[in-house]
Amino acid sequence: MPLFNVDNNYQNPSAEGYYGEFGGAYIPEMLYGNVETLKTQYLQIMQDPIFQAEFQQLLKDYVGRPTPLFLAERLSKEIGATIYLKREDLCHTGAHKINNTIGQILLAQRLGKKKIIAETGAGQHGVATATVCALKGMECVVYMGEKDIERQAPNVARMKMLGATVVPAKSGSKTLKDATNEAIRAWINEPNETHYIIGSVVGPHPYPDMVARFQSVISEEIRIQLKVKTGKELPTHVVACVGGGSNAAGAFYHFLNEPTVQLVAVEAAGHGVHSGLSAATTQLGTAGILHGSKSIVMQTSDGQVVEPHSISAGLDYPGIGPLHAYLYKSKRGTFLSATDEEALASAFHLSKIEGIIPALETAHAFSVLPKIGLKSTDVVVVCLSGRGDKDLATYMEHL
Amino acid sequence: MSRLETLFKEKSNRVLNVYCTAGYPALDSTLKVMTSLQKNGAQIIELGMPYSDPLADGEVIQLSSMKALDNGMNIAVLFEQIKDMRKSISIPVVLMGYMNPILQYGFEVFCQKAKEVGVDGLILPDLPLFEFEQFYGKIIKESGLDFIFLVTPETPAERVKKLDSLSSGFLYAVSSSATTGKDKDFNKVAAYLQNLQSMQLKNPILVGFGIKDKATFDAATVYTQGAIIGSAYIQELSKGGDIEESTSQFLSSVLGA
Repeated sequence: MPLFNVDNNYQNPSAEGYYGEFGGAYIPEMLYGNVETLKTQYLQIMQDPIFQAEFQQLLKDYVGRPTPLFLAERLSKEIGATIYLKREDLCHTGAHKINNTIGQILLAQRLGKKKIIAETGAGQHGVATATVCALKGMECVVYMGEKDIERQAPNVARMKMLGATVVPAKSGSKTLKDATNEAIRAWINEPNETHYIIGSVVGPHPYPDMVARFQSVISEEIRIQLKVKTGKELPTHVVACVGGGSNAAGAFYHFLNEPTVQLVAVEAAGHGVHSGLSAATTQLGTAGILHGSKSIVMQTSDGQVVEPHSISAGLDYPGIGPLHAYLYKSKRGTFLSATDEEALASAFHLSKIEGIIPALETAHAFSVLPKIGLKSTDVVVVCLSGRGDKDLATYMEHL
Repeated sequence: MSRLETLFKEKSNRVLNVYCTAGYPALDSTLKVMTSLQKNGAQIIELGMPYSDPLADGEVIQLSSMKALDNGMNIAVLFEQIKDMRKSISIPVVLMGYMNPILQYGFEVFCQKAKEVGVDGLILPDLPLFEFEQFYGKIIKESGLDFIFLVTPETPAERVKKLDSLSSGFLYAVSSSATTGKDKDFNKVAAYLQNLQSMQLKNPILVGFGIKDKATFDAATVYTQGAIIGSAYIQELSKGGDIEESTSQFLSSVLGA
């Protein structure tokens, strides 16, 4: 039984989508109808038993859930604490992204939509969206930065093979931020028939909450699995990488109100937090509005959004979901960062020590393990959000 | 009486509002573009403050915004450029822009400064009704600026009335749910505008999005007080000709003079 009904600050934003000062829906009037429909219906639809039955069935039979919680013995020994890996990399399509796209495609069907649009950075969300569109026979258009199309060629091929149209975003920096702009513009231009599947806990309310709820299956399973394995539901730490923050939101969700559980979010520091080539939003950003919600945004003093940098396309985003901005501001979450170099080293190390090649995004989470003062009695869950096949070209350059 | 109010008192049909991007085509061309617009028949100037992520704008205005930002435009520079504009510009000027740069500048200071240099109103497409009522509306009203909400063909009648009641100066009727610079089927638009007209709103209605030449300007103004041209004019400026000449030719082709 999903734990959707827990009521508190971190899990339930206000009626207008605020987590503290962050959130809201700063959208042009042209999107009002679509967003209002979602806002008034998403909870009702998600809590409908028939919807839940269909959602759970697909998570089980199509995605392959529950994903294992794996005790990483060699890594545990090396770090000096008990480390469990939540194997989201074993989900169909290779990452946690599909938990959300399954949920949203079912929601789009109930809203009577005919066409799906999505943005993608690394291409994982694009592939997950193209996959569920194929599954449900819906038209799919994915917006992807021109630069990302070049550096994530295998995922572009996957999307095409799945029947999606990939449209290059040529504006601005030609990465995830611009792909998101283009997807929002496309939605403005055809609002009635189209549903926009946002891939992260960003965007106007209700997206951050809706995506967090669809991803919350991750922490729901962790609690159950940890209880079976250790006799206790609560770890001491949950560690996850954060770009927009969807896998972290899912991994944290059912621990948000467990004060003994330390929530560790790892951002991409690129060449170093203060190198000028970084995507460590909470370290470098200030309060601002991006893609329809108020959050922490990397920007100039004039309020122009700046170009982030990360070796991983999925973390190459100048914002962060409003839930995470609130976790950061309220100090409920610990926000750390890992550089490109550290992430690469972690990816190679995890491959050798546990036989698991992680996505570059995910690798960032592992880089902080030696730095958070773990004790031998600590029980840590790392969200292994995606597998590394898509990053082989990058890894091959460093073999 | 505000400048916009006076304008609509004197002229209640075929009012032409032209959009231009501050700092485009050159950083210091802002005032030159504005005076050319005034001289050649524009009755309102909508001055766009460039932003890196303009969600409601199509490609033409995006490109002009990028160019303007590259040229060094920002809110502080803009206020410096237009601080004496009322020596030469007598028609109403409304600022159009997105929330983020204004929040960084300081919302209250921004409104005060805009009023001080002689700006008449604001169009902020990503400031929604809820936030306006919660917080920002009061600051705008206190500064004495007009605030212009957008309505679209999808906006329910009750909401149109509400947006109209909170707007002053005029109401911005988006011709269809779309970003700027897209072609529109004006037969469909006509029914929507006729319907707006029949609602007897308190504000004059100006139609924007998709108005690009005499035919669309004529069609848009049958049921309304006027129309707004943006992308088509920016496109004209982007050709790089003399600003005065381009503006004169473009506006006379629209107005059919």
